[in-house]
Amino acid sequence: MKGIGVSPGIAIGRVLRVVRQKIVASGISLSSDAAVLEEIDRYRQAVKSSVAEIRALITRVPTSDTSTPTVPSTPSTPTASSDTSTPPPLPGAAADILETHIEMLTDPQLDSDILEQIQTGRKNAIDAVQEVVGRFAGTFRNMKDPYLSARVADMEDIGLRLLKHLGALRAPSPKPSTLAGELPFIIVADDLSPSDTITMDLRHIAGFALRAGAGTSHAAIVARLRGIPSVVGCGASLDNILDNDLLVLDGATGQLWINPGDSQLIELTKRQAAQTRDAHILASLKDIPALTVDGRRIRLLANISRVEDLEDAFRHGAEGVGLFRTEFLFMEKNSFPTEEEQFICYRNIALASKNNPITIRTLDIGGDKPLPYLPMPEEQNPFLGHRAIRISLDKKDLFLTQLKAILQASSFGPLKILLPMISNIQELRTAKELFATAKDELQQKGISFDNDIPFGIMIEVPSAAVIADLLAREADFFSIGTNDLCQYTMAADRMNNKVGHLCDPYHPAVLRLISFVIQQGRQNNIPVSLCGEMAADPLATLLLTGMGLEEFSMAAPSIPKIKHIIVNNSMDKARQTLRRVMDIDDASAITKYLQDLNA
Amino acid sequence: MIEKEYIISTPEGMHARPATALVRLAKNFTSVISICKGDKTVPLNSLLNLLSMGIRGGDVLRVRIEGEDETTAADALDHFFSQIKDL
Repeated sequence: MKGIGVSPGIAIGRVLRVVRQKIVASGISLSSDAAVLEEIDRYRQAVKSSVAEIRALITRVPTSDTSTPTVPSTPSTPTASSDTSTPPPLPGAAADILETHIEMLTDPQLDSDILEQIQTGRKNAIDAVQEVVGRFAGTFRNMKDPYLSARVADMEDIGLRLLKHLGALRAPSPKPSTLAGELPFIIVADDLSPSDTITMDLRHIAGFALRAGAGTSHAAIVARLRGIPSVVGCGASLDNILDNDLLVLDGATGQLWINPGDSQLIELTKRQAAQTRDAHILASLKDIPALTVDGRRIRLLANISRVEDLEDAFRHGAEGVGLFRTEFLFMEKNSFPTEEEQFICYRNIALASKNNPITIRTLDIGGDKPLPYLPMPEEQNPFLGHRAIRISLDKKDLFLTQLKAILQASSFGPLKILLPMISNIQELRTAKELFATAKDELQQKGISFDNDIPFGIMIEVPSAAVIADLLAREADFFSIGTNDLCQYTMAADRMNNKVGHLCDPYHPAVLRLISFVIQQGRQNNIPVSLCGEMAADPLATLLLTGMGLEEFSMAAPSIPKIKHIIVNNSMDKARQTLRRVMDIDDASAITKYLQDLNA
Repeated sequence: MIEKEYIISTPEGMHARPATALVRLAKNFTSVISICKGDKTVPLNSLLNLLSMGIRGGDVLRVRIEGEDETTAADALDHFFSQIKDL
């Protein structure tokens, strides 16, 4: 059985079904003016208590970093329910949702509409609240804008809160008492409202399994913020689950097990224990620098696609961004983003960088990554075709716009510019000329920028790797893209089942190319980083360190495990590994050797 | 009376956080502040009315400010709309 895993970790618990109570309008018509006044009073009182209740919740929220533009996402440390005596603090972003709820509860339009229902419509407070809240929710629902549909949830949420204080609902919070030694609960529900997820006392909650929802729903976001393993979008598979059934869920894969057999349960418990142990070790590494035991400083950076990912990167201990892919910015639009739009994006990331370096890669489209609004003729070999820097140098205006936007943003934080798919030195020279033009244009307009912003290149085409000695004279830094370098070197498409196995980064040819690039970078005194999948592969860490690599850039969740290897090994051992590996003539023998070494 | 025009520069439009901040800002002034988009006009004291306008990125808003502290209020609104991207 499967849903969508939205917050990683394995949860084992007893089912607690949370059923949203349906309230039917009473239809009672108020007969006297005294009754009208009484209902108005009840309504006002309910608003007061609702606001007071939310205020009390907000005081539990640690002060939020108000410069953060959006809800921060995903701490991936799996946490089972912990038995502390006070409820855990709420995440900062939750406070903003709650502030909006207060503003909605005290809204003058809501107030006058509800009063009208009571005074003129002679409805009781409960019916009046339902009517008016339902109407606003309906307005938002009809806007068909994904952002505005989230306001429906907020509206329904304040409605339920008011109804609860009007005595129309039982408090929906789960019974907090678990007997010692008993399993914690897994909440099973259709969906959870923002306040449900924000305010729930999670001390005895191990996970959420929801019928509805997607990765972007409120419930998913808050579950990630609070580190509760969760699966959403389970649909009808949750229909036959009963209270107190044993439920296991894996919030990374979305897998669910209902009343698993003994042997399976033992297996799952072991897996959970191993994850918890790993999470503890890795979390303890977060704030220590990546130093080998003999003192070589390695920098571990994150690959990201959106500004929002940065917070998550820092949470995993990233010391900056080795690859910010700008494709996302282009793909989510219906036309090319303007200089101003791009500037805002790059400035936001510069501002959020906390003075850590951010490497922005210029547009890398074509081949497998088309843009809907840039029609490109069908190519026989898109991977060998018009893509990345080749498009940028062909459509110079687009490239200039992007360079100017990055330059402008460079006065807000330490940025670097990275060109994808360079295959000869002329491409680098032409790009540098355009870069000079971009600088001139900004200077003429009196716009300030960082004049020393590093201008580097990806080494992902074998021809570039082979002339790394020549390119190193003119590029400010190298970033090795192992995925493309590997498939271009091996002439094998890694997505093609028949030949994908040939695309092995441990092939001696690929390793020799990587080693040469790192060596040339060091000889010419320019930094070299590596941002392909190999950077996150624990088998490669010592080998690459032995080659002299000092910057690894990867998906943020992999950082702790790579750091774990670095802090437990020495440069001596890394060099020894390199010497031994360079002596082996076959990719699978190399892999085998590295596996034995890591075991 | 002061009238001003602003273009919403955030791609996601007027989302909950800035809308809440804007309504709260307006409450600091005695001037009557109203906001118009197209032919819709609402007083700027109601978050629900503001959200009901469905303001999206690129929309042009006209803001009308009338009252004793209208100049101060106009300055505060200028500042607000220049900072909106950071909210």
